Amino acid sequence: MAGARRLTRDDVAHVASLARLHLTDEELELFTGQLAEVLDHAADLAQLDLTDVPLTAHAMAVTNVLRPDTPAPTLDREEVLAQAPSVEDHRFRVPRILGEAP
Amino acid sequence: MSDGWVLVIGLEVHCELRTTTKLFCGCPNEFGDEPNTNICPVCLGLPGSLPVLNQMAVELAMAIGTALNCEIRPSTFHRKNYFYPDQAKDYQITQYDEPINVNGWLELPDGFRVGIERAHMEEDTGKTTHIGATGRIHGADHSLVDYNRSGVPLVEIVSAPDMRTSAQARAYVSELRSILVATGASDGKMEEGSMRVDANVSVRRSDAEPFGTRCEIKNLNSVRSVGRAIDYEAERQIALIEAGEPVVQQTRHWDEDAGKTQVLRSKEDAYDYRYFLEPDLVPLVPDAAWTGAVADALGMMPAARRARLADLLEEAGQLSDSRLEQVTTVVDLGLDDLVVDAIAAGVPAALTLARTANEAAADPEAARRLDPAPYVTLLTMEAAGTLSATQSKVVLAELLAAGGGDPALIARAKGFEAMSDNSLSVTVAEAVEANPDEWARYCAGEEKLAQVFIGQVMKATRGQANGKSVVAELQRLRG
Amino acid sequence: MTPSRSAFGLAASVRSGAESAADVLDGYLAAIDTRDGEIHAFNLVTREAAREAAAAVDRKVAAGEDPGLLAGVPVALKDNLCTRGVPTTCSSRILDGWRPPYDATVVTRLREAGAVIVGKTNMDEFAMGSSTENSAFGTTRNPRDTSRVPGGSSGGSAAAVAAGFAPIALGSDTGGSIRQPAALCGVVGMKPTYGTVSRYGLVAFASSLDQIGPFATTVTDAALVFEVIGGHDPADSTSLDRPAPRLLSVLEDGMEGMTVGVVTELLDGVDADVAARTRQAADVCAAAGARVEEISVPEVRLGLSAYYLIAPAEASSNLARYDGVRFGLRVDAEDANAMNTATRSAGFGAEVKRRIMLGTYALSAGYKDAYYDQALRVRTKIIEGFDRAYRRCDVLLGPTAPSTAFSIGAKFNDPMSMYLSDVCTIPSNLAGHPAISIPFGTGDDGLPVGVQLLAPALAENTLLRAAAVIEAAAPEGEGRG
Repeated sequence: MAGARRLTRDDVAHVASLARLHLTDEELELFTGQLAEVLDHAADLAQLDLTDVPLTAHAMAVTNVLRPDTPAPTLDREEVLAQAPSVEDHRFRVPRILGEAP
Repeated sequence: MSDGWVLVIGLEVHCELRTTTKLFCGCPNEFGDEPNTNICPVCLGLPGSLPVLNQMAVELAMAIGTALNCEIRPSTFHRKNYFYPDQAKDYQITQYDEPINVNGWLELPDGFRVGIERAHMEEDTGKTTHIGATGRIHGADHSLVDYNRSGVPLVEIVSAPDMRTSAQARAYVSELRSILVATGASDGKMEEGSMRVDANVSVRRSDAEPFGTRCEIKNLNSVRSVGRAIDYEAERQIALIEAGEPVVQQTRHWDEDAGKTQVLRSKEDAYDYRYFLEPDLVPLVPDAAWTGAVADALGMMPAARRARLADLLEEAGQLSDSRLEQVTTVVDLGLDDLVVDAIAAGVPAALTLARTANEAAADPEAARRLDPAPYVTLLTMEAAGTLSATQSKVVLAELLAAGGGDPALIARAKGFEAMSDNSLSVTVAEAVEANPDEWARYCAGEEKLAQVFIGQVMKATRGQANGKSVVAELQRLRG
Repeated sequence: MTPSRSAFGLAASVRSGAESAADVLDGYLAAIDTRDGEIHAFNLVTREAAREAAAAVDRKVAAGEDPGLLAGVPVALKDNLCTRGVPTTCSSRILDGWRPPYDATVVTRLREAGAVIVGKTNMDEFAMGSSTENSAFGTTRNPRDTSRVPGGSSGGSAAAVAAGFAPIALGSDTGGSIRQPAALCGVVGMKPTYGTVSRYGLVAFASSLDQIGPFATTVTDAALVFEVIGGHDPADSTSLDRPAPRLLSVLEDGMEGMTVGVVTELLDGVDADVAARTRQAADVCAAAGARVEEISVPEVRLGLSAYYLIAPAEASSNLARYDGVRFGLRVDAEDANAMNTATRSAGFGAEVKRRIMLGTYALSAGYKDAYYDQALRVRTKIIEGFDRAYRRCDVLLGPTAPSTAFSIGAKFNDPMSMYLSDVCTIPSNLAGHPAISIPFGTGDDGLPVGVQLLAPALAENTLLRAAAVIEAAAPEGEGRG
């Protein structure tokens, strides 16, 4: 069972990098302890044998919610771009991108 | 291909669906509009916005599944989490372990069947422009993002690794493209990116061996580059193995200008996408009535349409390899109904096919809009000798440009009075007199020399004469 | 403290022309001016827009037009509800200054009903917290005792109603974020059935759990607001395709013949004074003709652990979009990845970072089955547990929170003890069921106690009928508030 192993600093550093968060050494230390405590609490779930229990991801069982293929109003471009941190040539400007999309 | 090696090819094709609006919002699905004009809170990923599924996108996906002989199943949407500036929410909504279409197949024109593992729905990303000396991502100073394409509906069609040659891969892409156009799901414009192909390629010594390590090649924007890239990649892998080096599982980029694939990233860089069920969308459970209605609305697929034309040619005793190529052309361009209508109206099959595959095909969009009635009238005039082939082509060009009209009126306006039989016989007689040797050989049975006299007559009449009438006159003179 | 007036009575008064919406608004704005400096219920008070809205209501009344069910009723909005052109911050630096280009569906419905929006209330950042201490803009204080927290995450909305800054406020409830602060501040707070109130325009925390609901001083007012904001919205795929609820007509039907189950597990580990009030509320139900029995729903014990995996997992994905590209804060850096990281590291507070990391971990390769998927299986078990209970009972009763309002700072550095504040409220979110917290006297410290009623999905009518009975019999005059 994966949860049996206690969360390490390396786990937290990896997860922070996946989540695009930079942690100082102090934060890493603090969060590792705090998150491990929460996960320890969650260990009681891992003990349960729920092999044949279906997963509930939605509280209410609803299916086939669709909209017709008809156009709706778009946003005013200037109103949207006015909210952006950096704009060039009517587009959102970002610093250089180091790699292709994964 | 190097001797003693077998290729294994699987293709992933992303097809943009021709809906009016995007997959999860009512923004227009339009290519080429001013940047960031087709955007709303949903496709811009603004806080608080929520997706709602486009019914037409679902029906086009079901149409694709039906055309590819898939099983259409209850399906769900997942979030594929990764950070990238063109991904507005920093996750993509896509179908993951429960796709709408599974377990189908596509038959190539030569009868070879390629398995279709799945054809699932997902949303497209925005478009990034790299600003800097090269215009490419590497060495760019900064980048600009336009979210007009964000949320455009896609269907990703994943083949089984069934193909063994680059020619099969090319045929697969061509045939799939025809099918996607025939379903109405796609405009098939590879050059505009509405169809994008990734190829998984590996090599092995024989089909009895297990699969080799594969590489995925991205950025294949034409049928031709699919073939070139696969051949290059196979040779690269073979050279590695023959040199005693391992093939490393990689994603590679096809550089069309250099004619090479280049590494984008290796498997060790594999991203942890943390897929989970999209809580903002509910499951899609199509019932038999719905899938049946979509199937019923689906027209004939290209293979059946090619067979239909081939049968008509065969009935007329006019089937040949070159005409089969013309059949493929008219079906690919969606002009086969014109041919069928004309043949049904009594126009000779070969003439109809030739005019459609050659002249009408020069402007397929106009030809698809053309009313069959004047087209049939024109071809009937040509077949009867009222218009020469050259005149008929001029009138057809006019019909296509004007979107219709009366062929007889156009011919008259162009001064294409059919030559009287009398003046034609004078001109033919002159040509016979001027070429006595050829006339003797023609009379001796060298039928192909008729072309010499047709050429002479055409020259003398500046193309006004009808070739068939010339041959008829020659045969009359020969007795 | 400003004597509270019911929204119901106030709207009737404005509709009849007995008083103007403008005068009503001035009264509440004066209360805000007097005391919000101390309480800090609001991140932003939208005075001018409120005055214009009130004037529009008064014009309608004068013209003989229908000004709406909530005519002239001041409403405070939790600052995670999008308001067009008005800053919506989620009490986070990462959204500082963002002005949404659209209104949330509930905001549109409030405006159409003649409500007067007075401002945006403070909250735990992105609704993650139980004390409103996790705000980038400072802590909200409990109007009943300013050394105490108001609860959270909708602490600003609860405090606004408790302090008489508005008769109505909206909050969002993902694991108890309406009911727990309502209990701690001594007001009514309701979480409707998942899917009955549109989430369009609610900045998402955990999409499968989030529901918008009202704070009010009376059960009737909560029902009234639910009628206005509820009902199908095609912009939210999880919105149930049902007509807007009609509840006001059933509120006085009483509890005769109902069966009330007092949930054993919800009383586990709860402070004795809170447990005593809960049992006293059960006695009220019995006196009103209901059959009361103790019932065990053991699955409820698993709720907290399941919640603290499911909600962070969804949040880790929902909060990815705060990347410095399209809106909000950007901290510049050499490349796009570094810019994302610098922006998020500077823009999110510690609790948000903790939950994003927890959720990222729960979904990551190798751990998803043991954590996230297992939590979803537990969610199924919890629903089964409730289903079993509701075969015997019409409603369930328990405390809303394990204790009365705790002191500011008491749990701030101990996330696990803070998370335990939600133990009684979380099961309803996991099941998608409606629940309501009703003020019911005070604890030994003189601070408000809330009792919680739970009902099956879409049984808001039963829930509110029972709530009205408990409200009517609630002990009075024991508090010092």
